[in-house]
Amino acid sequence: MVGKNCFAIASDRRLGVQLQTIATDFQRIFKIHDKLFLGLSGLGSDAQTLHQRLVFRHKLYQLREERDMKPETFASLVSAMLYEKRFGPYFCQPVIAGLGEDDKPFICTMDSIGAKELAKDFVVAGTASESLYGACESMFKPDMDHEELFETISQALISSIDRDCLSGWGGHVYVV
Amino acid sequence: MLLGAQFTEYVQKNVSLYHYRNGIPLTTKAAANFMRGELATALRKNPYMVNIVLAGYDKETGPSLYFIDYIATMHKVDKAAFGYGSYFALSMMDRHYHPDMTVDEAIKLADQCIEEIRSRLVVAPQNFIIKIVDQDGAREHSWRRTTKD
Repeated sequence: MVGKNCFAIASDRRLGVQLQTIATDFQRIFKIHDKLFLGLSGLGSDAQTLHQRLVFRHKLYQLREERDMKPETFASLVSAMLYEKRFGPYFCQPVIAGLGEDDKPFICTMDSIGAKELAKDFVVAGTASESLYGACESMFKPDMDHEELFETISQALISSIDRDCLSGWGGHVYVV
Repeated sequence: MLLGAQFTEYVQKNVSLYHYRNGIPLTTKAAANFMRGELATALRKNPYMVNIVLAGYDKETGPSLYFIDYIATMHKVDKAAFGYGSYFALSMMDRHYHPDMTVDEAIKLADQCIEEIRSRLVVAPQNFIIKIVDQDGAREHSWRRTTKD
């Protein structure tokens, strides 16, 4: 979710295999650099592989360009990597959130073959995405400050995952 | 489709190789990540059909347990189980596990899980083995037999 010169990204904490819960502290949101976070929903294994590959590519970029990647660039990188596997895809839906130039917030999500969906207010992904669309649409206001943004995103997350049996066990929220 | 025995032998040899080349053993976390990497690479070509619970002891970090799925999902956990028995064992462990259990309490918990599996699972195995991994290494602790073959 986007706020006034800030963004928030949140996820649930459940790791499950269909109906069985394996762990309740699974980390789904990863920091790429101080102002860029990546959330990966979908297949746990592909989320871990994709995260490792993207961190590698970003570190290489940092060494070559001597600066951090802009969120828009990173989103294009993720999209290209996902489309490379068009006929044997990674079963992941990434959510990218970052602060670009002048701390302007940038968010986007994609499907598992890299079709970008840019938005100015919020993006959602995962098994509870339909609930999340509804909750975010009703709770979102433009230009919230970071405290209100934290409250809003947390409430939207909790109410949506409560209605989805495959999500739950608390949430992780990052506000930048 | 490759089997568990092939995978575990491959990992054993590679872990030894690392020890010989570098003079220090792999940490449990590093071994778990290595296994996950191998499973992930093989996944889309010729997957290994093996689910892993990796237990290790490191001097600096103490004991750790890793759950690794056959599709290379890895997670560090306090309690893990696979198979149909996991439905019963995980519930038992959720109820009775607490951090900083003693070895005796842990053996008692393992026994409780074995009892549940024996009574509730139609396709329960006959014999069970309990192993311990601690600062003195990995060793067989005891068997729980119903058949003597």
